[in-house]
Amino acid sequence: MNPQTTLPPTPAALPPKTVKPGAAGGRGGRGRREVRLLANLGHVALAVWAVIVIVPILWTFLASFKNTTEIFSSPWTLPAELRFENYARAWTKANVGRYFLNSVIVVACSTFGTMLLGSMAAYVLARYKFWGNRAIYYLFVSGLAFPVFLALVPLFFVVKNLGLLDTHTGVVLVYIAYSLPFTVFFLAAFFKTLPSSVAEAGMIDGCSHTRLFFQVMMPMAKPGLISVGIFNIIGQWGQYQLPLVLLSNAKDKWVLTQGIADISVNAGYEADWSGLFAALTIAILPMIVVYAIFQRQIQSGLTSGAVK
Amino acid sequence: MRHGKYPFVIGFLFLPVTLYVVFVIAPYAQAFQISMTNWRGLSAPQWVGFDNFRRLFDDDNFWKAVQHHGVLLLALPLITIAIALFFSFLLNVGGKSSGGQRQGVWGSKFYRVVFFFPQVLAVAIIAVLFQMVYRPNESGLINGVLMKLGFDPVLFLVRPNLALWSIIGVLVWQAVGFYVVLFSAGMASIPGEIYEAAEVDGATRVTLFFRVTLPLLWDTLQVAWVYLGIAAFDAFAIVSVLSVDGGGPDGATTVLAMEIYRNAFVYSKYGYASAMGVALFFLTLTFAALTLRLTKRESVEY
Repeated sequence: MNPQTTLPPTPAALPPKTVKPGAAGGRGGRGRREVRLLANLGHVALAVWAVIVIVPILWTFLASFKNTTEIFSSPWTLPAELRFENYARAWTKANVGRYFLNSVIVVACSTFGTMLLGSMAAYVLARYKFWGNRAIYYLFVSGLAFPVFLALVPLFFVVKNLGLLDTHTGVVLVYIAYSLPFTVFFLAAFFKTLPSSVAEAGMIDGCSHTRLFFQVMMPMAKPGLISVGIFNIIGQWGQYQLPLVLLSNAKDKWVLTQGIADISVNAGYEADWSGLFAALTIAILPMIVVYAIFQRQIQSGLTSGAVK
Repeated sequence: MRHGKYPFVIGFLFLPVTLYVVFVIAPYAQAFQISMTNWRGLSAPQWVGFDNFRRLFDDDNFWKAVQHHGVLLLALPLITIAIALFFSFLLNVGGKSSGGQRQGVWGSKFYRVVFFFPQVLAVAIIAVLFQMVYRPNESGLINGVLMKLGFDPVLFLVRPNLALWSIIGVLVWQAVGFYVVLFSAGMASIPGEIYEAAEVDGATRVTLFFRVTLPLLWDTLQVAWVYLGIAAFDAFAIVSVLSVDGGGPDGATTVLAMEIYRNAFVYSKYGYASAMGVALFFLTLTFAALTLRLTKRESVEY
């Protein structure tokens, strides 16, 4: 790690999109000072964006310990003391604890279900020849092209008629169903790449199809499963419109996203801004911890969908 | 694969396919049907043909929403991709070259981790966060700073011509990191010899960027454009949480998803809301088809 000040006279790093007067780095612009200036400009841009990302979150943390007077006094004053009562108020009185638990329950069940059913379907579609295979595969993949909002009204009534409105079961089943297209699409491609020699050896040894899948194929597909698993956890954790429609009348079943959105509306009426900051912090902090630990897997998991 | 294949295949497919057909395929199919009725949820639906779609044409809010999607569709991908490309170029090939290996600038790993983080947060949470950031008095982050410096507060979400851009700002804030990582992956796979050869020929970094990096990244850019376009057709969570009374002030930030939700679950106009859903579907489809057609070009083999 050497600081940028020791840059050799390489061609100028001109930011392609920012037009700086006098910084038209032509072909001859190879002076040492100019290079350093431009390299530094790039650094400034990077640092500014990092600040733009970090500051709102940091400010929220700080504000979660303030009282109303401090919140209205100035954005960069530190809280006089660590007021944990803001957190206590948010956790119990504003039900953030309840919402958090609901989110954990729903996402745990739905991600598990998505991974199990999705990998089962993907495996069969990728490695077995049977009548209707392509039709079922395209039925799943076509789901990627439809906006969820097209289905919102009929979906509400399907769930209602099944008696699953305002239940976690309903939300979990819907999450699984809507996560299947991408999961099947991704995992089918993954299962196709696995070598068939191991599977054949297993079959010769008298291994059943089911056992072969759970004991040979699943372990072999682990990297793919982890990527899609992370993709689904983050996607389902962040769901907002589906729970909004499916859980509207059962406030005790709400998930974190709709809970926090509701608290933000009420905070305006009750003027409890510190409570809202605390609630926001409770929602954001775990994500930071998880991200810090798994950032490599999360980055590859979320971007894997975009790589052809 | 010989004995007992079919029981196994059917056994493995039964649950996922059933779930999928009941909760995904059936609702999509019904949506087209309901969009042709005047169903309000109480009495039996009556068939009205294309009436709902005719009403859409006279609906101000519908056109406002479509217009906003147009703005989003241009602004969101352009701004996000420009910033992300610039940053990923700096982070990957902006540094010095040592032994033929192009290097990113100092601290690039840290920047990548920080930039990507907003992608992990739920959009609804981000919307609440920025509600606080944009607040119109001293308690807001931006206005708190501005007022301390003696400026008048900026009413980000209240002024109609500023509200939509405030929302686009939040969307860009979240998206940039994701595309920095995506483009970085693309740039990492470009062989270093190409850069070296270009350097020997006396190419500046600007030339490097436009003549080497950009053409070789074309496929990734296409994917990014489609992704951001699809995001531009959604934006429900952010608009419904962040904007003044759901798409306000006075419809200045409304989007189709917001109108569908409002018509269906506030006014119980199920037929009409479904017609909007169908319109949204065709808009999305048209966009995807157009994008893939217009951006078609020879991808460079390397």
